[in-house]
Amino acid sequence: MKTIKILTLILALFSSTNALAKDKFSICWSIYVGWMPWEYGDSSGIIKKWADKYDIEIDVVQINDYIESINQYTAGQFDACSMTNMDALTIPAASFVDSTALIVGDFSNGNDGVILKDKKTLSEIKGQQINLVELSVSHYLLARGLESIGLSERDVDVVNTSDADLVAAYSTQDVTSVVTWNPLLSEIEKQPSAHKVFDSSNIPGEIIDLMVVNTETLSANPNFGKALVGAWYEIMSTMSNDAVLTHMAKASGTDLAGYKSQLASTKMFYQAKDAVSFTKDPQLSKTMKYVAEFSFKHGLLGDGAPDAGFIGIETPTGVFGNPANIKLRFDPSFMQMAADGKL
Amino acid sequence: MKKLMNIEPSRPLKGFLALLPFVLILMLYWSASNERLAENPYDKLLPSFSQISDAVERMAFTEDKRSGEYLFWVDTGASMYRIGLGIGISAMLGLLLGMLSGLLPVFRSGFSPLITIVSLIPPMAVLPILFISFGLGELAKVMLIIIGTAPVIIRDVQGHVRQLPSEILIKAQTLGASTWLVAIRVVLPQIMPRLIGAVRLSLGTAWLFLIAAEAIAAQEGLGYRIFLVRRYMSMDVILPYVIWITTLAFVMDFSLRKLSELCFPWYHHQEAGK
Repeated sequence: MKTIKILTLILALFSSTNALAKDKFSICWSIYVGWMPWEYGDSSGIIKKWADKYDIEIDVVQINDYIESINQYTAGQFDACSMTNMDALTIPAASFVDSTALIVGDFSNGNDGVILKDKKTLSEIKGQQINLVELSVSHYLLARGLESIGLSERDVDVVNTSDADLVAAYSTQDVTSVVTWNPLLSEIEKQPSAHKVFDSSNIPGEIIDLMVVNTETLSANPNFGKALVGAWYEIMSTMSNDAVLTHMAKASGTDLAGYKSQLASTKMFYQAKDAVSFTKDPQLSKTMKYVAEFSFKHGLLGDGAPDAGFIGIETPTGVFGNPANIKLRFDPSFMQMAADGKL
Repeated sequence: MKKLMNIEPSRPLKGFLALLPFVLILMLYWSASNERLAENPYDKLLPSFSQISDAVERMAFTEDKRSGEYLFWVDTGASMYRIGLGIGISAMLGLLLGMLSGLLPVFRSGFSPLITIVSLIPPMAVLPILFISFGLGELAKVMLIIIGTAPVIIRDVQGHVRQLPSEILIKAQTLGASTWLVAIRVVLPQIMPRLIGAVRLSLGTAWLFLIAAEAIAAQEGLGYRIFLVRRYMSMDVILPYVIWITTLAFVMDFSLRKLSELCFPWYHHQEAGK
């Protein structure tokens, strides 16, 4: 990881980030149930097919460390990257890298959850020490969960714990509650002492998985957006095929049954029109307001931010925050083209 | 003409040559940072010096809004406590077990192969086992440092004890010293400066394991902060923390050397004479 960081730094030193018209693009993704289609699209040649159609080249790179992939995108090493709505706001947008959510792929509908050891209701969480990846969507989920029962983060003690070690951590005596995501969540739930007391299906549509594109690159190269969206919905159309799912399952380190159970707690938008109507729903702007407020409270919008609306977030139903400083945009127009069959 | 290998730089030149790489790195950083900031004034990857000093001001000299603490010093305190405890226990273990196995063949035959094998296990590879045995609290972090550094110190001390000239040990015995007396009056004073040397060399490893332990599960600490703010790429906080860690490590190393020179001048004369 250190090497990657040094490399990024060196690359950043010597490369400029200007986003002029070009015909070679690179996108990055990391392993997560909702992003495995990118792997399939890459290895099955669907992405290449669509890139060829628009006469461009798209390089698809898998990055093992999720945060590192977003950091690299923010540093300008990639033109697009898969990430959640919250990370899109707090990393690239808060670094003033104008970003557009090109594809709204899915939302977590149970993929993230709060687990208590030997306790069965959320209210028993009060006063506990909670292990989670701080400042991640898990932290957001916890904050929303606490809010729902009238508690706040002051009532609990948060311990930052690396996601790689959460499963092992759960088996130690010190750890009495964790907040995490799949596949770790289902791994921990297998233990008899674990009780899931709150999960993302209690706040549907708030943890959204996106394909985020650099806005400048996108507006200078609309063909890049068209190729990505076209490829994505062609991949989506193959997802009823068990052979395709098995491929994705293997690539994510699980089996078909495991992958299907993760998909069951993920609300995938297989149809472009569903994603479009989700994006056009006024609820999205409200969700982003919650996310922005949470991020502001935790200092994630940077120290220059005077309030939660410091960074403007544009959705089809309106702008949340400062309209003169829009850095995160939800743009359904490309998905609309896919829905209309115009790609 | 002098051969290249025999040319000694003069004192001022030496100082200049020592500073030059640092100045070059700073200048390179400064120009790269300026270039990126000119393009995007909110770029976080290479913050400007004023942004960095703002971050230091905020972390070290302003109370945190939520907890009312000075985060930088809380982090420093927590990390120093952990590394101090870890390396202290490692040094004690190193001295005790190293002397025992260096001096007593019976102990050595039973213990030495074990410690050789243990010192070769990469501690990061047995992390889950460490968690289950020691939990996730302070104990686990200190244990990780101990497991990472103690075996090496033990082996080093053991080696040095065995290298003591046998004439000295035999002479002490002919003068009537018991094993205990030899250990306390002959071996211990001889081995102390070497122990300090071994501890100095393992400081780097100790920091490595400290940062790793804090990255895995923690509520405060220098490593914790770095890995936390990495989530929103706050290089303006990470860079001063890295410099601070380096400074702390340097100060620890330097003071150990001075301590050793002060307490064991004979050892350093001997070293300089070589």
